[in-house]
Amino acid sequence: MNDTTPATARIRDGVPLLEMRGITKRFAGVVADDGVDFDVRAGEIHTLFGENGAGKSTLMRVLYGFHHPDAGEIRINGSPVSIASPADAIRHGIGMIHQHFMLVNTLSVADNVALGLRSSRGPLTEPGRVSERIRELSATYHLQVDPQALIWQLSVGERQRVEIVKALYRNATLLILDEPTAVLTPQEVDDLFTVLRRMAEDGKGLVFISHKVREVLGLSDRITVLRAGHRIGTLPAAGATRDQLVQMMVGHALPARELAAETGFTAETPKRAPADRPEPAPPGPGTLADTGTPTAPGIGSVARGVGRAGTVAAAGAPRLVVRDLTVRGDRGADAVRGLSLAVHGGEIVGIAGVSGNGQRELAEAIAGLRRPSSGSILLEGTELAGGNPARARLAGLGYVPEERMRDGVVPDFSVAENLLLVDSHEPAFSRLGFLRSGEIRRHCEELVRAFDIRTPTLEAPARTLSGGNIQKLIMARELSREPRVLLVAQPTRGIDVAAAAYIHDRLREQRARGVGVLIISEDLDEVMALADRILVMYEGAIIGEAAPGASTRESIGLMMAGVRPEAPADAGSWATV
Amino acid sequence: MIAIERSLDTPRWQRIALPFASLVLAAVISGIVLLVSGHNPIATYEQIYAASFTSSGALTSTFVYATPLLFTGLAAAVAFRMRIWNIGGEGQLYMGAIGASGIGLLLGSWPTLLLIPAMMAGGVVAGALWALIPGLLRAFLQTNEILVSLMLNYVAGLVMYFLIYDSQSYWRDLTSPTALVFPTGKTLAASATWPGLTIGTFTLPLGFIAGAVLAVLLLVLVRGTRFGFEMRVMGDSTSAATYSGMRTRRIILAVMALSGALAGLAGASQIGDFGHVLDPRGLEQAQYGYTGIVVAALALYNPLAVVVVAILIGALNNAGFALQGPGFPPGLVGTMEGIILFSVLGGEILGRYRIRVGSRVRPPETQAELDAAR
Repeated sequence: MNDTTPATARIRDGVPLLEMRGITKRFAGVVADDGVDFDVRAGEIHTLFGENGAGKSTLMRVLYGFHHPDAGEIRINGSPVSIASPADAIRHGIGMIHQHFMLVNTLSVADNVALGLRSSRGPLTEPGRVSERIRELSATYHLQVDPQALIWQLSVGERQRVEIVKALYRNATLLILDEPTAVLTPQEVDDLFTVLRRMAEDGKGLVFISHKVREVLGLSDRITVLRAGHRIGTLPAAGATRDQLVQMMVGHALPARELAAETGFTAETPKRAPADRPEPAPPGPGTLADTGTPTAPGIGSVARGVGRAGTVAAAGAPRLVVRDLTVRGDRGADAVRGLSLAVHGGEIVGIAGVSGNGQRELAEAIAGLRRPSSGSILLEGTELAGGNPARARLAGLGYVPEERMRDGVVPDFSVAENLLLVDSHEPAFSRLGFLRSGEIRRHCEELVRAFDIRTPTLEAPARTLSGGNIQKLIMARELSREPRVLLVAQPTRGIDVAAAAYIHDRLREQRARGVGVLIISEDLDEVMALADRILVMYEGAIIGEAAPGASTRESIGLMMAGVRPEAPADAGSWATV
Repeated sequence: MIAIERSLDTPRWQRIALPFASLVLAAVISGIVLLVSGHNPIATYEQIYAASFTSSGALTSTFVYATPLLFTGLAAAVAFRMRIWNIGGEGQLYMGAIGASGIGLLLGSWPTLLLIPAMMAGGVVAGALWALIPGLLRAFLQTNEILVSLMLNYVAGLVMYFLIYDSQSYWRDLTSPTALVFPTGKTLAASATWPGLTIGTFTLPLGFIAGAVLAVLLLVLVRGTRFGFEMRVMGDSTSAATYSGMRTRRIILAVMALSGALAGLAGASQIGDFGHVLDPRGLEQAQYGYTGIVVAALALYNPLAVVVVAILIGALNNAGFALQGPGFPPGLVGTMEGIILFSVLGGEILGRYRIRVGSRVRPPETQAELDAAR
């Protein structure tokens, strides 16, 4: 069992572990899944691939008993079953690892695993037995988990392992993993894949949901592509190509350039073909040489001349300078620790990193939402540190927040009101304290048209829009103010491919117009596709810098995991924390 | 199978029809209560209607009750609409009464035309300042405004009693023979009496007219002005308000002051329209501040609806007072108010859901599902 069997050999023939036949699920008359067939064999990793809203999650929520299908049949080991609730699903040996972990932070791992289970000692708990069983499972599947650790002490990767242990503890034979890699470092992803392969070898069936092509091709045995609620096809991963998959996913061929940029698929050669850069340009002064080592750009002293299409030569003083910034996080510890960076006009600087390394606090500090404990944030000479959002906007900052539905829009407000959100004081929109509804309407109609916001009317509440359209709405609002510096946190998280491509185009357009763009994203593919310079953030500071064309994804991945690049002795402030 | 699911959009007709349907339901439930207690519901309702509107002087006294409720209802509605829970309307009303009566006594020699606005200003300022105490504490120290404003009601009551019973204050009558027997406040000069609008036997108090005008102005403020826009943003999403650069503290303070000012006007109107004397016991027993919360809730925080609801609840209170006696169940009015509140708010919540007969359905729970549902 320990030797790595070829994928084809470990899959058990005979009756599939799971068969879903003709599953149809409608919400308020709209079809989320339309007659979808799906099956998983024992020992198989079967991926569900598709855009947001393609019906992947709905299908799996039907399987896990969150939804009752309008039509269709579910068979487990050949016999039809009715799954009315997650409890039924668990009884049938189905386990689900949710994107958002369902763990009680203040309890131990063992307590979380035992939660909701019957104890053999009646009303008394049996922590000893639970811990022992967890250790057994950990050993069998290489899942390092300490049963006594409290959840809040664990990293995201460890918490995910707890979720897996929870499912295994309940004797799951079929595991559903809903975008499990979204929150992990590349190294953690590798560890997870090892665990998943090991579980498949053990005869378990796995359903893997993802929209990252590389992972899907690397991990799966078979891939089922869904689009708009329909099954487009199921194919063995061995013969599949990324182009094929992406075309099946989006239904039309994206231009080659977009394809590479949006799917993040990179050639297998370590040196990435700069697919989104039509003219390979010699690096200007201050850009990185192709060595992948970080330089130490003295703030404001780097004359940059990135001579490539669509890029305004970013020379002269930087637009945004962050110096020695320290910001306290919600838990009281410093989340940003002496961070420095500079953004010039006409460039996109990308901050990569695993979430929780201070990115959120950095963004909030720049936007004036969080008061730094020390350091400075200069936007063309205006000090933003310790200010407020109004001052930051006045100084020329456009900010697209990470939490779209919480900060970016008021969900119950209309599209028009949300477009007005930050501009209500502009003389164009209010006179003597009264809102000028005619002007506002004209302005909003124009923005809806210009940014292709798909909404039935201006009066529709924002919450009825899709994630992509909400992000377009926020972008429209921020860009209409013609910012000098644009800060975008998680530009396309949870957004479908088409809208994401659109947003990326708009960000490049801003760069071409000479705006200094700072993007913060957990999606390394996105950062690599967009940024001229990549800064990797780790434990509150910039651990290293890389140019997307020059560095391999692996070296950035290492930095994201906290491995300091081999820096020359005089590497300077970037590499020192 | 029958399932209840959340409806994504409530049709407009439903939003209007629902409160009325709830009122009918409340009447039916109250009718059952009456039947059980051995009364004829139809006859009792006829009695109530007559005592509220048709019998001699009934309409005038209905508005005596409705006027303070209009102000305290508006005070609660404007704060609650933006999720600032000012429960202190009662205390702010007391302070408004103290302020307005103080001004009325001090400037008693002024002509009525000047004295009335001065008294109103006295009530507004006193109420607003009293409301700013919980407002400031909430804005700067994140204290719970529900607790602070509620406690301050008792403090305001004690201040009022102190002025009349336990001190030789400016408000207390120390000269007249009755005041020597029992402590009372000084009665204001005739010039401080607010004139009402008299149509035949019916008198519409000046306070009610002012309150109705204010209700319209509040609607314009909320719907049509930048301040109203910011208020609504803050009510719906504090984080979005902060993100968009709104000065949230300033908005909290402004709303608390506005709410307090409206409650203060209730106190001023009690002095100018009706009492002409600072009467701690009367004000305390009336509990207009607390009933105003009920009025605001029934009106679903809509200022214009507050006007209607204030008349309705005023009528009920008036009837309860006029009819009290052996033939009329004591506590019926309170029971009815409770039932009305219950069914209107219950109807409002249920209106957000719809009943679906057929296969089992759950509401979409994630954004992806909402997208899918669209």
